Amino acid sequence: MAHTVTSPVYVVQDNIDTDQIIPAQYLTLVPTIPDEYDKLGSYALIGLPDALYPTRFVEEGQFKSPYKIVIGGRNFGCGSSREHAPIALGAAGVEAVVADSFARIFFRNCVATGECYPYDSPVRLCDVLKTGDIATLDFDHDTLTANGVTYSLKPLGEVRPVIEAGGIFNFARQSGMIPS
Amino acid sequence: MRKHPEGCMIPSPMTLTEKVLARASGKTHVQPGDNVWVNVDVLMTHDVCGPGTIGVFKREFGKDAKVWDRNRVVIIPDHYIFTADSMSNRNVDILRDFVREQELPYFYDVIDDPSGHWKFDASQGQLSKQYGSRYTGVCHTTLPWKGHTRPGEVLFGTDSHTCMAGAFNQFATGIGNTDAGFILGTGKLLIKVPESMRFYLEGNLPPGVMAKDVILHVIGEIGFDGATYRAMQWEGPGVHGMSMDDRMTIANMAIEAGGKNGIFPCDQKTLDYVRERVEENGTKSAFEPAEIDREQSFIYDKVFDLSKLEPTVACHPDPGNRKTAKELEHVTLDRAYIGSCTGGKTSDFLAFAEVVRGKTVKIDTFGVPATTKVVQELKDTLWGDQSVWQVLESAGVRLTENASCAACLGGPVDTFGRLNKPMKCISATNRNFPGRMGNKDSEVYLASPYTVAASALTGHITDPRTFIS
Repeated sequence: MAHTVTSPVYVVQDNIDTDQIIPAQYLTLVPTIPDEYDKLGSYALIGLPDALYPTRFVEEGQFKSPYKIVIGGRNFGCGSSREHAPIALGAAGVEAVVADSFARIFFRNCVATGECYPYDSPVRLCDVLKTGDIATLDFDHDTLTANGVTYSLKPLGEVRPVIEAGGIFNFARQSGMIPS
Repeated sequence: MRKHPEGCMIPSPMTLTEKVLARASGKTHVQPGDNVWVNVDVLMTHDVCGPGTIGVFKREFGKDAKVWDRNRVVIIPDHYIFTADSMSNRNVDILRDFVREQELPYFYDVIDDPSGHWKFDASQGQLSKQYGSRYTGVCHTTLPWKGHTRPGEVLFGTDSHTCMAGAFNQFATGIGNTDAGFILGTGKLLIKVPESMRFYLEGNLPPGVMAKDVILHVIGEIGFDGATYRAMQWEGPGVHGMSMDDRMTIANMAIEAGGKNGIFPCDQKTLDYVRERVEENGTKSAFEPAEIDREQSFIYDKVFDLSKLEPTVACHPDPGNRKTAKELEHVTLDRAYIGSCTGGKTSDFLAFAEVVRGKTVKIDTFGVPATTKVVQELKDTLWGDQSVWQVLESAGVRLTENASCAACLGGPVDTFGRLNKPMKCISATNRNFPGRMGNKDSEVYLASPYTVAASALTGHITDPRTFIS
């Protein structure tokens, strides 16, 4: 697979909870049903308050977002344990979320599902970048480059191959932990 | 292990969470940061995450696969039940089909017919009951009631407030569908042992101050992510003075500080509560509590004097945004809400009723009991010639018999009590990020049942001690 991704970024602030990522009214969609998986993508980040986030993450009537990289602040993904959250982002085409820090269950759900890479950034990128800036995320060097500056990210370590495989079940099969 | 002066090896001290996880992983000792495979005592799921969990289980283990242990799976439809939304109704049917196929004994279905289909009848309105004999209501409140919480055990649930069961001296935490699907097939999960923080409670709560105020105060103290990846361990004489309901309220909100779990010591109150319920329900009665070691290691250790606490509110837009009720008297409100796992227990409604008894609420006020048992208890408890249910209704509270999660998490647009336009709501629930109770431009203020009741009477945030002597 490609080891870099270049895309406009979508920038959000602290405490983006699971209700802002995928509001509870859309949890009637079951992620393992393919049509409903796609629909979850169309609602990704639709819970963000319009006044704070005038640019929509996914355009009305679309299933995919033009932003493959989301930049967040502290505690991204806090709140509910709903796996619909990383799935909605993944279904919308997000490859990675780069944030100051992640809530525990969201981080784990990213890894378990393999939907997107949760990168910790030592630099508070949500104060530096703005929505629409073009960035290149380099998975081999754990860096994000935007506006001519390269930022080091915290390496994903053992989490990376699990996500690359498409989640824990695929990883466990590929690595022989469980029979294929 | 470390060496005893007399030469024999004695186990190193562990926190309550470490002890439970050590035992569940077949080890004599674990420490924070260890990754261990734990054997799962109980897996709980519900109508929102159950269908996806079942989907993962079937995709990964095959369509004819059987769950690892049918007596350890508990399925509780509770989130989107009393709604005409056809997808929601379908999701309850998916649970029922799976329960039938797997012959699962612990399914608290909304209808009695095991082959039937659930359809909410909106024409009957939202207030009068539309459920069969087995329906219970909110999962976290159902688990202890139906004898599924036991000291020393490991409970996973596909819901972030699964940590509520930590009140019963067990390790309990929320997980996603994929992890839950893995457990359904294997009965195990790989987890990291969290660092523990200790909250040592002394003294007694003053009049007008509740367990909810304790947890709101503490989250304000450590911040909305102050316990991320950590266990919140509650100790001290203040804990032993608390009822099991109080402990549940506190354990429930560990997740609102980012905590992996909350956990309490096991005392006589715990034992009496659990034994009575496992006996009543015929569930597993053997358990081994985790005892407190001396010299445990904590990453944070602080004493809180309960007698100094005041009615506390978490302001929009996060549960760590703490103020005292007194500081917020200028905030006018559109709505008051009492309900949910955290705030919809019988004791919560009794506290609420104590304040509103003989008075009339000034703003729209909604009450949703957590369980069908709470409904029954409020109707059976008499204050003078009125039941508590009648006391609440006479005060103008819109009470529903349809126990469920309801508007705590917004849900489908026809959900009882949902904030369908921008408004300010004071609520006895547990979470207030933007959009949590429906409209994303609403503001939710979290408070105790006392404070919610007092505020419902005045129409602005009100210190309940105005009404409580």
